[in-house]
Amino acid sequence: MTLWTVLHILTLLGVLAGAAVAVWLKDLLAAVIALAASSLLLSLAFYLLQAPDVAIAEAGIGAALTTAIYVLAIRKTRRREEG
Amino acid sequence: MSVVVRTIARLLLPWVLAFGGYVIMHGHLTPGGGFQGGAVVASAVALVVIAFGAEGLKGQKNLFSFLEDLGAIAFVALAFLGIGSTFFRNVLAGGGGLFGTPVPFGPNPGWLNTGGTLPLMNWAVGLKVLAGLGSVVLLLALFGGKEDG
Repeated sequence: MTLWTVLHILTLLGVLAGAAVAVWLKDLLAAVIALAASSLLLSLAFYLLQAPDVAIAEAGIGAALTTAIYVLAIRKTRRREEG
Repeated sequence: MSVVVRTIARLLLPWVLAFGGYVIMHGHLTPGGGFQGGAVVASAVALVVIAFGAEGLKGQKNLFSFLEDLGAIAFVALAFLGIGSTFFRNVLAGGGGLFGTPVPFGPNPGWLNTGGTLPLMNWAVGLKVLAGLGSVVLLLALFGGKEDG
């Protein structure tokens, strides 16, 4: 396997792990951070797939703006998930 | 937010803004463009709102609204520049003036002063996107939630 393949598989496993952790966590702020990490790794995956245009959009929208919106929404409501 | 967050935000803000401006300005040469650069600048607005609170930007709501309108109107106005032949015709390309340097055939290092109306349209789109996404974050921080019921 080439270095590119190894990096790509690790990135995609990181995306999956971040999404799973975001579902599993009960602390919503930590879940949002996990989602942001997953999104940043997804943008790295786009970059590895030779799509830097999509990577910039994913890093700007997915990792930064949605995280900010989630953090603001958590600040306005509750931090813990119920149940 | 805490002192750590505020210090990091103060350090990062100029770099984020410069990178967003770079992505918009080089939209016709490198990956990215108006939308991507506008999203990067809007994330700088989100950084300010998260780190320092939205109260300081409360008076800027009308400015964001004005910038969004300006971006949309500038985009359509630039498209109407070429109405003599077709809508969206690139009247500035190759003309020698603003963004009008002719590009010879073949690979080149990427000359900024080319592209005709495309860089100007990238600025219009960037302005619209940064004002739109920025005002979404700003209004979400200002209103709603349990504080004002």
